[in-house]
Amino acid sequence: MSKRIFVTGIGIISGIGNNVDETFESIIQKKSGVTEIKYLKTNHKGKIPVSEVKLSEDELIELAGLDKNGSYTRSTLIGVIAANEAVKNAKIDNIKEYKTGLISGTTVGGMDKSELHYKDLLTTTKNIEFIESHDCGDSTERIADSIGVKDFVSTTSTACSSAANSMILGARMIKNGLLDRVIAGGIESLTRYHMNGFNTLMILDREPCKPFDENRQGLNLGEGAAFLVLESEELVKKNGSKILAEFTGYGNSCEAFHQTASTPEGKGAYRAMKEALDRSGLKPEQIDYINAHGTGTDNNDLSEGRAIDKLFGPNHPKISSTKAYTGHTTSAAGGVEAVLSILCIQNNMIFPNLNFKEQMKELNFSPVTELLENVKVDHVLSNSFGFGGNNSALIFSRY
Amino acid sequence: MDVYIKGIGNISPQNTIDSNIFLDDIVNHDAGFLTSIAPIYKEFINPIKLRRMSKLIKMGICASKLCLKDAGIENPGAIITGTGLGLVGDTEKFLNQVLDYNEEFLAPTAFIQSTHNTISGQVAIALQCFNYNNTYSHRGFSFESALLDGMLLIKDKDAENVLVGGFDEITPEHHSIVKKTRWVKNETIKSLELLDHKTKGTIVGEGVGFFSLTGEKENTYAKIKDIKTIYKPENKEEIEAKISQFLNENDLTKDDIDLVVLGINGNVDTDDIYYHLADNYFNTNYAYFKHLSGDYHTVGAFALWFAANTIKHQRVPEVARFRKENFTEKPIKNVLVYNHFREVDHSLFLLSQ
Repeated sequence: MSKRIFVTGIGIISGIGNNVDETFESIIQKKSGVTEIKYLKTNHKGKIPVSEVKLSEDELIELAGLDKNGSYTRSTLIGVIAANEAVKNAKIDNIKEYKTGLISGTTVGGMDKSELHYKDLLTTTKNIEFIESHDCGDSTERIADSIGVKDFVSTTSTACSSAANSMILGARMIKNGLLDRVIAGGIESLTRYHMNGFNTLMILDREPCKPFDENRQGLNLGEGAAFLVLESEELVKKNGSKILAEFTGYGNSCEAFHQTASTPEGKGAYRAMKEALDRSGLKPEQIDYINAHGTGTDNNDLSEGRAIDKLFGPNHPKISSTKAYTGHTTSAAGGVEAVLSILCIQNNMIFPNLNFKEQMKELNFSPVTELLENVKVDHVLSNSFGFGGNNSALIFSRY
Repeated sequence: MDVYIKGIGNISPQNTIDSNIFLDDIVNHDAGFLTSIAPIYKEFINPIKLRRMSKLIKMGICASKLCLKDAGIENPGAIITGTGLGLVGDTEKFLNQVLDYNEEFLAPTAFIQSTHNTISGQVAIALQCFNYNNTYSHRGFSFESALLDGMLLIKDKDAENVLVGGFDEITPEHHSIVKKTRWVKNETIKSLELLDHKTKGTIVGEGVGFFSLTGEKENTYAKIKDIKTIYKPENKEEIEAKISQFLNENDLTKDDIDLVVLGINGNVDTDDIYYHLADNYFNTNYAYFKHLSGDYHTVGAFALWFAANTIKHQRVPEVARFRKENFTEKPIKNVLVYNHFREVDHSLFLLSQ
């Protein structure tokens, strides 16, 4: 990038913790968030495991510090919690002091409430407040109002790469001088809608998922929200902001193959990673760790794995998918994994790919299966690939 | 670097498919909401594929092809879309299945087609375009974000040309729901009489508009000088100040604007600002368009099509003139579009010859 972009704050909530500290603690204790369904009202309870945020809506409202009498979607609640943590982490006292934007990513939006009240909305005048919380912009605007962002708000919706694309737009707007600072990331709450959608595609594992394993059976859905505070070089200098990492590269490429599948050779994945490397000016061998998309589906892990082999083989960096911890948090995944990537850099650690046993016969690498400590982690590549062929890759570097 | 509109494909409730005509044959809709005039899809899409596509996907692919043909471009450097509610028909279909069949025996097709990035993905597949691809879904900033993204790609030389689109659809089922809010009129009116009904709410429309943006000036409709989004302005004064600042940043004043295109939508609760700007702030010609398109999240795409065509044709169609009594014939060099979505998401487009 011609102009440098720095990460000065992170915030996260997912099935493995309600904040950054809890998340890190779960990771080092190898504690997965994937469990039996507790909060989502679905007939798949007890049959399909997921990684839910371990709080009821009342508990989330309290943690978010919102009015108990308000009507909120679960996306809004977890989004408000993660975004506020990121802002606090970046030690922003007066958000209006600099031109600040909020770019969130979501696909499910307010569907959790829509599906609960849909028949009412069709036939009665009950619960009509939820008509206006259905769309993807609702949670973004409520988060913006909660943290006081006014200069720019937007929402990406590219399925599982949404949060990554939010960060890319944020970085580009800062580079162009349109904003000094962007809070960027994504949100997804679990809904019957997309759980059943993924179920009809027959890509949900009935057991904890096994990314990059020869015998993988699919993914586990998860929910979560995660945001990064991105700042311009000028702002960081002026403010003396503490830099957590530098956002050094990004790539976005479309698979243009099938609405729900990627090419077996991972063309889009390859191009997205290659573009991210080219933009960062880094050579493949300089990447220390790849936080892979690694969902645990047959298709993703094969195409992503082959693309990694092609771009990085034979001297692969350390590779793992953290989806077995958090589940696949879909639109939030790029944010969740960006936070985890930055934690790796900060702590000189590489997080394990849980549940892995047997290397895929088509691939030339196995993922990291144990927590690696005191290792060199200067550059991390984080992949997010979505439905519709939307592939994005991000690179975070030690500053 | 400047950004120009090289081609447009616009499918709307008016006859907008032929880029050579500009609102010559007006359709007055009276069905409660405005639906798009469908092109003959099989002229654009393989009939076998056509059967599997829902309405909005057909409209999206068709509009993108019209746009690229108009621009003389085969494969764009990027595809970016914006949508407020995405594929409403497919979403309703899958949601009703989940609820009615108790999460059993579901077919995946409607779900697969219901994600907001379906159109950008399908257009990419149709064109075999592997380049940058993105989709925004943020109320009245959905199309605006896509346009901003596309303009940045050209300015940063990440792409030579970019395909940017906005799409939304209205279905009877969704209309029955939104009619319960204060944003949609309860009474059924003739669309051309939109401003005669001094009641709450607007009329809902739909449409797909694709634009081919380029950095080269030759054979283009107009230059997009700049765009701006304004989130939750406090009052009229803030809106005026932001407009003034926006024009100033582009070395213009309000007196340089030859035409202001206003997003008046007939809602007595929220149209005040448009009347205020026309009567007290600007002193020029005005146009409005939501009696032609209806209102929807990505109506900015229709507004951009309208504004670009006023420059290309050097004409404001009679039907779209606002404050007609004061309308004066003059060259159309600078056009400002101002629209707001429910007084929350306000947007400005500045176009010039």
